[in-house]
Amino acid sequence: MQRYIVKRLFQGVLLLIIVSTVVFAVGRLTGNPVDLLLPEEASEEERQAMIETLGLDGPVLEQFVVFIKGAVQGDLGVSIRYRQPAVDVFFSRLPNTLMLMPAAMLLAILMAIPLGILSALRRGRLTDRISGTIAVLGIATPNFWLGILLIYLFSVQLGWLPSSRMGDWSHYVLPTITLGTFLVAGFMRLIRSSMLDILDSEFVKLARIKGLSEMKVVWKHCLRNALIPVLTLWGVFMGGLVTGTIVTETVFAWPGVGRLTYEAVIFRDYPLLQAVVIMDAVLILVINLVVDILYAYVDPRIRFT
Amino acid sequence: MNGDFALEVQDLHTHFFLRRGVVKAVDGVSFSVRRGEVLGLVGESGCGKSVTALSLLRLLPNEAARTVQGRVLLDGEDLLGKSDRQMRQIRGRKISMILQDPQTSLNPVFTIGNQLSEVIAKNGAGRGGSVMQQAVEVLRKVKLSAPEQRVQQYPHQLSGGMKQRVVGAIAMHRGPSVLIADEPTTALDVTIQLQYLNLLKDLQENTDMAILFITHDFGVVARMCDRVAVMYAGRIVETGPVREVFNNPSHPYTQALIASVPKMQRSAARLHTIEGQPPALSDLPEGCRFAARCPHAEARCQAAYPGAFTVGAEHAASCWRLEPA
Repeated sequence: MQRYIVKRLFQGVLLLIIVSTVVFAVGRLTGNPVDLLLPEEASEEERQAMIETLGLDGPVLEQFVVFIKGAVQGDLGVSIRYRQPAVDVFFSRLPNTLMLMPAAMLLAILMAIPLGILSALRRGRLTDRISGTIAVLGIATPNFWLGILLIYLFSVQLGWLPSSRMGDWSHYVLPTITLGTFLVAGFMRLIRSSMLDILDSEFVKLARIKGLSEMKVVWKHCLRNALIPVLTLWGVFMGGLVTGTIVTETVFAWPGVGRLTYEAVIFRDYPLLQAVVIMDAVLILVINLVVDILYAYVDPRIRFT
Repeated sequence: MNGDFALEVQDLHTHFFLRRGVVKAVDGVSFSVRRGEVLGLVGESGCGKSVTALSLLRLLPNEAARTVQGRVLLDGEDLLGKSDRQMRQIRGRKISMILQDPQTSLNPVFTIGNQLSEVIAKNGAGRGGSVMQQAVEVLRKVKLSAPEQRVQQYPHQLSGGMKQRVVGAIAMHRGPSVLIADEPTTALDVTIQLQYLNLLKDLQENTDMAILFITHDFGVVARMCDRVAVMYAGRIVETGPVREVFNNPSHPYTQALIASVPKMQRSAARLHTIEGQPPALSDLPEGCRFAARCPHAEARCQAAYPGAFTVGAEHAASCWRLEPA
């Protein structure tokens, strides 16, 4: 088990190096950042001064070494807009996102597991068809559109829920639904299909031969096995969740890292964007590491190999 | 009612109602097993053996399958009339089953001990020792090596033969009246097969547990069973004591099956095969189901299904040629 975690950590570090390299390379490929940073009417002296402060006058390789050296020490440059270290800006926003993301995951887990199991048990019946339709809509609806629809209905028309910014619990409802719908739908279909396989399996037959109650057959013998494919695809869903926060936080004016990413793009805050992309990668890696450990807990075949 | 019988199956019909028609997987099957007896149910793949077994347990694989007719008397009580709740009390306690493939019949995410405990806890605690200690004892009974470690292990850490011993332990721990063994050795190595068959025999000894042993292997029948029932296309075509049936196979299908068992003495000879395919269970002929493949087929075989004609003590077969003149 320890070896497994160490291996995962090592892979994570390797991945971060690759991400950093790509981010660095893309930054240089899209042209001279100075052109983006300075107003068009800037003088040549101002350009030179900027190039020097940003360290863009050396050879690319040297710049890369400087960049990596800084990155390892937690220095990903200074945000142009905020005039503070980009990492600090990221961390000041992170808690707000860390309140939204788990809420969406919780919504996904609380809804997808019972609904997925229910539609598998009632395969082909009305319950299954309704939940299947909802799932298809949930996967197909882009979340910016869903967010706007929800605001229109619940904030503008009905006036029940606030449309933006952070506040008491009521501020969480619409962003959580917007961010979580895609996860709910994806997990639900995944759990349904793996439940269908498992319900046909021999070990479920044996559980029934033992005379176990249907509750025990489903919630003990099936569920844990049904969660394995969900955990396998967790990484894919995490990518969707992080990009989902960009859209959702923008729609709901939520001061988290998703919105920060959007702002960094809009304001051409290159150092900040670099930092946010790298830190998002770290975030995904950390979540995936937790899931990998959970995975090993759920499936002993991984724990013991 | 004969009190001697642990299990009596009378005129059992289990059909699959599919969109393309009705598949009559079990179509009028009757047999009985005495206490302490091993009845072999023999037939080729798809003849309805496993569906018969699952019908007895009322665990048919999907909603399309229904037992539409018949009686299943376990210790004299008809299982087909029981509620689902009553059936759960009966399964695992009075009637149990060993499945074919040990690689898939244990849950991969729970320990052996955990899966055993599900039948131990219900057996009534307080029979001495904790549940895990009892689990160790149960594994010792099926002669599994190092049972103390096994209870902590997961199925993937055990070999196929070991797993099948665990499945056997789970099935037999509560001392059922009837044990169904559905090809329990088919998935095992040949060297392990014999050990497992001997283990089953040993465990049955001194109990009055009846075993319904499903197989397609006449060699296994000869080793394990007291009586045999030969099944073809959803019906039983011949029943009798094993020795009787071997010495005097009376249904042409039984004769062909026995002839197709490879013999050591004649190693060079070509294996005997049965020409043709069994009829589709969704489109069964009026007459004898074996007629199309039978070397002795006559006109009347096509016309009507033959009844069971007695050929010896407890020995009967459904073939027109056996009709008393």
